[in-house]
Amino acid sequence: MGLLTVSPSPHVRSEMTTQKIMLMVILALVPAVIAGTVVFGPRALVLIVFCALVSMMTELVCRKLMQKENTISDGSAMLTGVLLALNLPVTLPLWQAAIGCIFAIAVVKQLFGGLGCNFANPAITGRIFLLLSVGSDMTAWVKPFYYLDAPVFGLFETSGSEALDGLTGATPLATGDAGLLELFLGNVGGSLGETSALALLIGGIFLIVTKIISPAAPIAYLGSLGALTFVWSLCTGGEMTDALYALLSGGVILGAFFMATDYVTTPITNKGKIIFGIGCGILTFVIREFASMPEGCSFSILLMNLLTPYIDRFTMTKPVGAKTPEKEAA
Amino acid sequence: MRKLGGIKLSHHKQSENCQSVSLPLPEKVRIPMSMHIGAPCSPLVKKGDTVMVGQKIGDTDAFMSAPIHSSVSGKVTAVADYRMSNGRTCKMVEIQTDGAQAVCPEVQPPVVTDKESFLSAIRESGLTGMGGASFPAHVKLSPKQKVDTLCINAAECEPYITSDYRQMVEAPDEVVDGILKTMKWLGLPRCVIGIESNKPEAIRILTEKTAAHPGITVAALPCTYPQGAEKVLIYNTLGRIVMEGQLPADQGVIVMNVSSVAFVSRYLKTGMPMITRMVTVDGDAIGSRCNVIVPIGTPVQKVLEFGQCDMEKAKKLLYGGPMMGVSIGDTEDPVLKANNAILAFSEAFAKKGAPKSSACIHCGRCISACPLNLMPPDICRAYAKKDTDALGQLKVTLCMNCGCCTYVCPAKRPVAETNQFAKALVMASARK
Repeated sequence: MGLLTVSPSPHVRSEMTTQKIMLMVILALVPAVIAGTVVFGPRALVLIVFCALVSMMTELVCRKLMQKENTISDGSAMLTGVLLALNLPVTLPLWQAAIGCIFAIAVVKQLFGGLGCNFANPAITGRIFLLLSVGSDMTAWVKPFYYLDAPVFGLFETSGSEALDGLTGATPLATGDAGLLELFLGNVGGSLGETSALALLIGGIFLIVTKIISPAAPIAYLGSLGALTFVWSLCTGGEMTDALYALLSGGVILGAFFMATDYVTTPITNKGKIIFGIGCGILTFVIREFASMPEGCSFSILLMNLLTPYIDRFTMTKPVGAKTPEKEAA
Repeated sequence: MRKLGGIKLSHHKQSENCQSVSLPLPEKVRIPMSMHIGAPCSPLVKKGDTVMVGQKIGDTDAFMSAPIHSSVSGKVTAVADYRMSNGRTCKMVEIQTDGAQAVCPEVQPPVVTDKESFLSAIRESGLTGMGGASFPAHVKLSPKQKVDTLCINAAECEPYITSDYRQMVEAPDEVVDGILKTMKWLGLPRCVIGIESNKPEAIRILTEKTAAHPGITVAALPCTYPQGAEKVLIYNTLGRIVMEGQLPADQGVIVMNVSSVAFVSRYLKTGMPMITRMVTVDGDAIGSRCNVIVPIGTPVQKVLEFGQCDMEKAKKLLYGGPMMGVSIGDTEDPVLKANNAILAFSEAFAKKGAPKSSACIHCGRCISACPLNLMPPDICRAYAKKDTDALGQLKVTLCMNCGCCTYVCPAKRPVAETNQFAKALVMASARK
């Protein structure tokens, strides 16, 4: 018989693993990757793969330098790379994208202890880092299907390239003149993964159905942003469709389903997730309407990331049968 | 009404149609003097003594205890130290069987005329809760609080185990009789039998058998583990919450395992104390799964042989189910009063059950899985800091180690185990 295994109960475990969760989220992003590639050409795919590889390499090197166990196989670094890439304009030079990935993984994630210990979403913070450091390249938008008119399908053209003259445009968030259907399908300018609401919704619903994410935060986020914009449009004499436009333009859908649902950096209970989502909605609305920048999604999520420990503290569950301190005194 | 949650598990009740059979008499039995919660017994026999079936071989003056009887007739070959699975040591009586199985003359049906004589009979029977916790039955049945309801735990929510189920379908009359006797002598007007709905046959039979008794109801419960945990069962059948620090009796409830009440019925008729119990033998290393009636103290090895266990394949043995069962480290260890199953598993199963853990990703699955709404990630952090105040506020002492949190954890962290350490820390600091 040989030696027997003696271990504490339980002796069975579920099939779900961290790695599976990360791969499921990456799988859920595949429609957005495809949509991005269709709208913005092959360079979109190159950028996504490049960011994933750089992120994984950064993770590998960091863990090596810190003499910690290699965690590349958990898939979280790959996910960060893909998410960050989806938040970039397709014409961003590769070296800049690499810096964003390195910042996201090395500074935001690994310096705080790696997976599970970071307080801010690495992809979001990486994007904000790039926005603040290479702002003009980060906001250089090309028109959808520009690659059909660019040399070699735009594979080697970065922002500022002469070959792209006449092919650039603003994001519909800034111009406010795109059609709702175009926004829904993604046939507009913008970051390469944020434009197609349809593709992102398919992925988001997949994650909700497979119970990888709770619908609480996305619904609270989109609901509160929509409601606020709607009320605002009533007050300022805007159009009834302003709310829909606000939800479909910019990176809100990507943020709501894939960033505001990050386990590590958002509240753990459903009550907390709802507060988090509403907070994101309010902040996004305020930044979009009153601040000098057009997009508030990333900043709102980052700010709410900072509040997460406090939200967690105030939304703790009440154990069944727990006596409240008053009762104990009585 | 909202039910207390938990998790969905594969039931693995493959042995549910295995008619109970008796194990051939083993050559020797080893009977520990502590098979229950409470004070261990002192051996009443010494090496060289001859003992008979049903003879009392261990007892104590302590209230919180239950006497121990010989399951065989034969000769005491040793009274030695025995290390229990919790690491503590107690005395153990080893008896060489003589094969005659001569019954002790003291084994006579008890004369029960009132509550007091009923309770003393229960004490003498050596009955301890047969569901797993092994709480002395006479203690449970004599609460100081006023109780009005008997709650029968027939949930059998652990995977694989079907011994309670076999009791219900093979001898439902014993179950009903035991319930009626207990209700009668304790003056309880009401009884509810909680059965998980994956046992429709048991629900049908007991509903039929109890139809003539208006005080008894059968409740079909959802198949969520841990349905049979005392607090969960009481809430899901009666809607009462057993508060922290309380016993079920504080909520007017006495909970008894279904096999325990069936034993009460048999004991009152025959006077034969608790010397055997039905054990489910299953697992992927078992060749012929079965439900077998085993003399208490029989070496696990004998039970495994009876189930045609592949001894080369078996790498993990369990007393009880895979969620709360205890690992067996030695096949010579005896079958105890509380063992409702002996499970034998292969190396693949053993490896899967003890995976490598990684960082907590804050996913909250453990919180959703906890039937009592505890917050294991916070408990883990507070325990790392040895912060007993925080642990107290997090109510870690409520944790019943059902294992749901560990089961669902995608990072494969030992969540429930950490809770137990934290619980011990809080209790130790409270004693100071």
